[in-house]
Parts: sequence; C-alpha cells; structure tokens
Amino acid sequence: MLEAVQLACLKGDRLLFRDLALRLENGEMLRIAGPNGFGKTSLLRILCGLTMPEHGEVRWLGNSISREREVFHRALLYIGHSSALNDLLTPLESLMFACASGGSPVTREACMEALARMGLGAQTDLPTRVLSQGQRRRVGLARLFVGEEKRLWILDEPFTALDVAAVADLARTLEAHCAGGGGVVLTTHQDAPFSRLPRVLDLAGVAC
Amino acid sequence: MAVLRRDLMLAWRGRTDVLVTLAFFVIVVCLFPFGVGPETNQLREIAPGVLWVAALLSTLLSLNRLFAQDHADGTLEQLLLSPEPTALWVVAKVVAHWIVTGLPLVIVAPGLALLFDLQQDALGVLVLSLALGSPILALLGAVGAALTLGLRGGGVLLALLILPLYVPVLIFGVGAVDAYLGGMGASAQLLLLGGGLLGALAAAPFACAAALRIAIE
Repeated sequence: MLEAVQLACLKGDRLLFRDLALRLENGEMLRIAGPNGFGKTSLLRILCGLTMPEHGEVRWLGNSISREREVFHRALLYIGHSSALNDLLTPLESLMFACASGGSPVTREACMEALARMGLGAQTDLPTRVLSQGQRRRVGLARLFVGEEKRLWILDEPFTALDVAAVADLARTLEAHCAGGGGVVLTTHQDAPFSRLPRVLDLAGVAC
Repeated sequence: MAVLRRDLMLAWRGRTDVLVTLAFFVIVVCLFPFGVGPETNQLREIAPGVLWVAALLSTLLSLNRLFAQDHADGTLEQLLLSPEPTALWVVAKVVAHWIVTGLPLVIVAPGLALLFDLQQDALGVLVLSLALGSPILALLGAVGAALTLGLRGGGVLLALLILPLYVPVLIFGVGAVDAYLGGMGASAQLLLLGGGLLGALAAAPFACAAALRIAIE
C-alpha cells in the first residue's frame, strides 16, 4: 500500500541516503534499522509527508502523497519523538484534541477507555506537566486505541521510556494491527518481543 | 473548531501571559503624557496615533507565542498531518489569538483615549478602526511568525519583517479618527480597512500554511 521510489535525503550538505526504495504491503510490518544519525527519523518524516525528499517520491495506493495529501493523511497515524502534549492540558483533553484535529472526533468515554487501557486511568485529569516521561509516551500511544482505525501507522521509537509490560503489550497491539490488514513502519533500537520478527530495512546498508 | 476551542482553553489556563500583553499596551499608552507633557491640545492631537502604535507594538509582542509552543512540543507536526486543510486551522489559531490579544485592546482603548481627552463621539470611530485593523495585524503577523519559527533571534527578525507591512494599516487606522475629527467622515478609511481585512483573510492563511510547512522541515 505504501511505496517509495528512488528516495534521496539531504541533511545540511550531507547526503544521508539515495536511491532508496521500499514497499509495504497490507498486513506487513517494516522496521527501519541503522545507527544514530543515519536518517531513520528523516526517512519516517519523508514517508509521512512532513519533509520533502531531495529526490524521488512516496506513493500511497499508487498515488503520490503530495498530490493526494488528504486521502493519505486520513489513513495515517504518525507518532514522532515529541509527544505533542501541551503541559497545560490534561491527558484526556490532549487525546481528544489529537483525535479531533486528526480528522476523527471521538467521545470522552472512548478516550477514557483508551487511557485506562494504557494504564493511565487514574491520571486522566492531571495536567500533563506532572506526568513522567513514560506516562507521556503512553498518552501519545493511546491514540492507537481510539477512534476509527487508521490503516498505516508510522511510529518513531515507540518503545522508548516504556516499561517491560507496556513494551510487550505494544508489540502485541502492533501485530494485531497487521493481522487486521493494516501496515506498520517503525524504528527501534531495542529488541521488541514480536512473535514474528518484522522485515528490516537497514539504512547502514544504503548509506552514502 | 477543535483548534479554536483548545487555544482559547490554553489561553485561559495561561492567562498571565495574556494579561502581560494588555498591561504592556496600557503602560505604553500611559507613558506618553509623561513624555510629551500635559498640554491638553497636544495630547488630544496625538491620541489616535499613540493608541494605534501601542496596539501595533503589543500585537508584535504577542506574536511569537502564536506557534512557538506548538512547534516545540510537536503539536504543529500533528496538525500538519491532519487531513483538514492547513489554512483552515491556521485561521482558527489566528482567530483564537486575536480574541485573546486583540479584542482586549479594542475594549480598553476608549478608556485610555479619555486620558488623552479625545472627543467622546470620536471614540466610536477609534474602536471601529481598531476592531477592523487589529485582525489584519494578527493575520499578517501570523505569516511573519510562521516564517521566523524556530530561528535564532526570530523575535527581532519578526519585527523587521512585519513592521513595514503594518504601516498601511497604521496610516488608515489613525487616518480614520483624524478624518472624523476633521469633520470629513471616516467611512473611506474604514472601508479601506475592511477591504484590507478581507484581503488579508483571503491570502494570509495560505501564505502562513506554506511558511509552516517550510518551518517544520
């Protein structure tokens, strides 16, 4: 469903990679690997359409994402390094806003349920600034459980700052999403407990 | 709509920030009688200009808050990935920003104008010119704020970039009050400001959206 051809990425005056091609089929999980500074996050941002590639294009269902932006972004859920939480809002408000601005408004109850699912049932009304790093991460990831299912998940280091149980739970969630026909692209440095290891694209292999 | 509600809620929770803008406006205006002396005729003459320049400066002061927080915490990325048209939520953000920073200025302006002994029947024209002009300032300023987002020394650059664009608004805003006081009627200037507002509303959100896309790269 997602396809990239001849991608090149320039950071400053350094060429990170070029002639990169990738293909993600329905129900597939792809892990982008590589050392720090090899362009994992840059690649994810290009796949999302946040950054324009220096060369090449990304296609969603066969159409270029810059031409069919709205269709693509309706099907996309991106969770980046930053949690997109404002310190003055509560997790509940942040989650409801994230869903509403993402084009799928949800009810308060559905958000409460998703937060409880992430183990934040007691913190829904606290301001975000008192939450720990791991809890912030969980608020961000709660978006995976609420609203209409987005087909493509692009996750940048989703396992960072999570405890062991939460990592296992997230790994199961991602596999369930793929089993349901969705696609996942993620980066991670740790060995997540997937029952079947995802396909790996190693950026060290295509680096310039 | 969600963006507008959220921004107003955030402004309410961080209301001290908002009060600073208003306090700045009041203080700058109050400084002038001290500076130029208590000569009533002179004060009456400079009143529209002083109020307008102060409104302009306090708008400028509040502009860097428009996108900075959302840029820092990643909300801006998520908004750019929203399937909604970018210009639409940019308008929502600017409207929320104006309600919080521009509207209070419009409301306190007549009170401050009395300090300068401005004719009472000119107050209506002053308020109307500010009500039409300050949204233009906010819309133009949003483009500047987006262009300087994430830059070092962005605040100063923003002032250099935006203040020249504010000059026409200033001229017509002050001109409206002066023309009314001169007995010519202010409708020409007010219509021009209204036209300017519509023009800014049509063009600025798209320019701002494009600038945000560049800033986020």
